[in-house]
Formats: sequence, structure tokens, C-alpha cells
Amino acid sequence: MTLRTGSAVGESRDPADLPVPVATTPQKKPKSFDGYWPWLFVLPTLLGVLGFYIWPIIQTGYLSFTETGPFGGEEFVGIDNYQTMLADGNVAQALINTLIYTVIVLAGIPIALLMANLVNQPGLRFASFYRVLFFMPYIAMPTAVALVWRMIYNGDFGILNWMLSLVDIDGPYWTSTPGFAIVSVGVVGMWASLGFGIIILGAALKNISPEYYEAAQLDGATKWKQFTSITVPLVTPSLFFVTIISVINGFQLFDLLYAIMGQYNPALVQSQSLVYIFYNQAFIQNDKGYAAAIGMVILVTIGIVTFFQFRMQKKWVNYV
Amino acid sequence: MSKQSLSPAQQGANSVRTHLVLGIIGFIMVFPFIWQLVISLSTNDQVMSVPPTFWPGDLQWGNFVDVFTKLPFFDQFGVSVGITVIRVIGQVVLCSMAGYAFARMRFRGRGIFLGVILSILMVPPQVYLIPQFQIIQNLGLLNTIIGIALPGIFSAFGVFLMRQIFLGLPIELEEAARLDGANPVQIFYKIMLPLATPGISALVIITTLWSWNDLLWPLVVTTYAEKMPLSAGLATLAGSITTDYPVMMAASVLAMAPVLILFIVLQRRVVEGLAFSGSK
Repeated sequence: MTLRTGSAVGESRDPADLPVPVATTPQKKPKSFDGYWPWLFVLPTLLGVLGFYIWPIIQTGYLSFTETGPFGGEEFVGIDNYQTMLADGNVAQALINTLIYTVIVLAGIPIALLMANLVNQPGLRFASFYRVLFFMPYIAMPTAVALVWRMIYNGDFGILNWMLSLVDIDGPYWTSTPGFAIVSVGVVGMWASLGFGIIILGAALKNISPEYYEAAQLDGATKWKQFTSITVPLVTPSLFFVTIISVINGFQLFDLLYAIMGQYNPALVQSQSLVYIFYNQAFIQNDKGYAAAIGMVILVTIGIVTFFQFRMQKKWVNYV
Repeated sequence: MSKQSLSPAQQGANSVRTHLVLGIIGFIMVFPFIWQLVISLSTNDQVMSVPPTFWPGDLQWGNFVDVFTKLPFFDQFGVSVGITVIRVIGQVVLCSMAGYAFARMRFRGRGIFLGVILSILMVPPQVYLIPQFQIIQNLGLLNTIIGIALPGIFSAFGVFLMRQIFLGLPIELEEAARLDGANPVQIFYKIMLPLATPGISALVIITTLWSWNDLLWPLVVTTYAEKMPLSAGLATLAGSITTDYPVMMAASVLAMAPVLILFIVLQRRVVEGLAFSGSK
């Protein structure tokens, strides 16, 4: 340790790459900061994160093994909550609904790539106008847009069913028919998240050197061929990123479902998401122990899904 | 969709077909907003008519007045602004300080503490929400702006983003300032922070967007309509009076308008900020 103190560690190098000095006092290092300064910078955040996040995470872990009494207070019940959950058809249904929603949102990623490609053509006029139209749904408040979609989906006087009636289709009550409801919410989720994909993928498209396309053109490659063999492979890292984020956000489905369906919807029980069930158990039914167990299951599920995505990454993502 | 329009090549970029495709997609994307405006200016009877009323002859501006007189909109707007301002300022100050320390200072346990903070990035909010609620309850901060805003002034993502920014800045300036006798606070505040502006503006954009739109947490820590931010207020409104559709639409227009307009005006910066944080 004392040896390292004396050695001139290359300060111009990325400090994060350096081994963290363990038992050296900062004062002894000629080029490092004085004693307590770093703590002044780090301590507020560190205490906040420990108090408001790390400690609650530990507590939730504990809570998931307890039962909440009618007047508050917890009683240790072992793995009861987890056993109850296994037999709880609503939780299984919520998991399926969450997956359906996530898959629909993921289906938007190829569309986002095509749209990003269209709007990023060099020399395109009104490009920033189109870009605004495309990213509006992404930045608009989900609760507010959900209320509009509720009107569009309305079974009696919604404009969607009116349009369908023009081609002789008798549209269902989109948001209050089990099965239709979660798909309807999924379509709104896709519409709302396209903008995110367009922004991230658009940035990746701009980084592709035009020389690739020029060379391909000389070789007589069609536009479609150029898209599939130059554009797509070169944006796979961004596609991967958008996929990861979309899955994580998909599992967080709450706002849209809550606001589109409303609390008194007859199809609600069959259309809940995992987060909705969590919210309902924790803060409406006040069964915090059971809700904590559901929270832990959401954590583990996202962890597993993300792990497999990273494992499969090698098969399709090209890092240049 | 044509193969031609998929190409990023120069020629054909402004063909009629390209603009037609973009125009149609753009219209679909923006239609719900147009429809929202139409309903907000209609009468309730027009909203419930079949076939739909596409243009409500007399524009019912009174619906927008009703938003302020019949709903606690003004209070909720104040709450939304309050929590957003507190979270943005809190995150910018705390995350840039912590990010700077983790990037450029050396202290015992740096790697471990950074790991602890970043670990919460992988944890969905449900895992800390219940105890967070209990903390806010025990502090007596339910139904207060501070209570809604408090946990959100700490951000692992913000720390990570700012650390990445500071790692990318040249270290020579710092060394020169240190030789001139500046202390770490002066170096941070006068030299490094101004250089980190792109990162800070990305952080401001992301935090504003999240704070303004967030629903679940405000719903949990507020019970009175006039203490809720707009997102929770709208969601609750949708549950109660579902019959006055035009006023509900007018309220939703007004609720999303401030951030939407601000972000459209700052379009370039917002797109850059979001893309920037995505690349980190």
C-alpha cells in the first residue's frame, strides 16, 4: 500500500480505471484531493440513496415474509405469501397480461426503426416537423393521453368503432372486454413509446458513415438490400438498448392501464398488470406483506428476462 | 411502404411518395391530440353523438373555464410545478456533486459506494415503494409537495450520467486550477460544472419529463384532490365524474400542454439530450 502511495499514478488516465486505493490516507498523495472533500460531495446522495432506496429494498424483502394485521403491524409468516401467490390465478393472469403488453410494445421497435430511417434521410425537407409529430406521444403525460384513447376506444360513441362500422365491423367494447382490454392498452403503449425508439435509433443512424451506402450503390445493391445489410446490422447495439429499456418499461405497465380502464371497469380483474396488482394489494387492500412478495417477484422476473437478453445478445448484436 | 423511401440515400429524399408516407404516419401519431382538442371544444352531446361530430360549430371555450372553476386544477398545477422544480434542482445539485466525486476524487470505499448507488438502477420501484411510503408517512409528509418530491431528488441514473460526463472532461484544467490554489469546491463549481452543461441539460430534460408525468408514487402519497399533482388528479377525475367528457379533455389538454410545448420549442435539445443519455 505504501508503495502505491509513492508511485506516480498517471493522473491524466481515466481515474475510474485505477484501482481504488484501500489503506492510503489521501493527504499523503501529492496529487489527490484533501481528506474530507470527497465526502462533502458524496455524502448527501449516499445517505439519501441508503435511506430512501437501499433500506426500503431490505425492508420489502423482510415484509414479503410477513402478514399485515388489520391495524398495521407485521407478523412473520415465512413463505406463506409466496405460496399464496403460486395459487393466485390473478397474479398468473397479471403476469400473462404484462407479457402481452410488453410484446406489443416490442413489436413497435421495427416500426420505430423504419420511421427513424425515413425521417433521417439526408436533405429531407420538414424533417424536424415530422420528428415533432413522431415524438409528441412519447413526451405527453400518459394519464392525459390515456383519457383521449378512452374516448377513441369508447364502445358506444368512440370514433374507432364508428370507423369500423363504415366497413361493416361491429367493434367491441375495447376497454371493458377481457382480452381486448390489455391489447387496446398495448396499442397505446406502442404508440407512446415509438418516439423513444425513433430518437435512440435516429442517433445511431446518423453515426453510420455514408461511404458504406456509396460503396453498396456502386456494387448495385438495392435500397432494401442496403437497409437490411448495412443499416440494420450497424444499429443492432441501439436496437439492443431499446429492447432492454422497452422490456423494463413494459413490466412497469401501470399509468396507461389505470387511466384507460378506470377503477370500476368490469374487465379490470382479468386485465391487471403486475404493477397494478401490486398497487392494489399494497395501497387499496392494504395487504403490504403480500404486495411486497409481488414486488420481489417483479424484481426477479425482470432480472431473469434481462439476464437472458444479455446472454442472447451475442447472437445478434454487432459491436464494431 | 416502398423500398425507395427506406433508403437514406440522397436522391428521392423529397419525393412525393416519401412525404405522403411520412404525412400519413405523422397524422396517425398526432391524431389523438387533435381529437383531444376537438372534444375539449365540443358539448357533451356532440361527444356522444354517432356518427362523431368532427367539428363542433360553436367552440365551447367555456370547457376550459370549467377546468379552473369546477376542478382543483390550479392547486394541482402548483403541485406539479413544485415537485418538478424541487426534483430537478435537487438532482442537478446532488447528482453532479456525487458524479464528480466518483469520477475525479479518490476516497476510501469509492468503488463500493458507487456500486451500491448504481445497484438500485436494476431494481423496479415496487421493491422500495411500500417502505418509502411508510417513511414519508412517519415524517408527516403525506399530502405535501416535499413528501411527493423527496425520494425523487436522489437518482442513481443521474449520478451515473454525471459521472460519465466528468470522466470525459480533460483533467489538465483541474490540475492548473489546483496549482493556483483553488480548493475542490471552487474547481468543481467554477471550472468543471460549466463544462458539464450538455450532461446537465440532459438530466434536466429527463427529470422534468419523469416528474411531470409520474403517476404511481403521487397516487400513493396523496389522498386529497387539491394536494395531488396533475397526473394523479386527472386519473382520479377519470374515476369519478366520467360523464363530463369535454371538461375532462380540456383538463388533460391543459395538464400536458406546458411540458409538451416547452419540449417542442426546445426540440433539438430534447432529442439530443435523450439520445445522449441513451448512448451512455
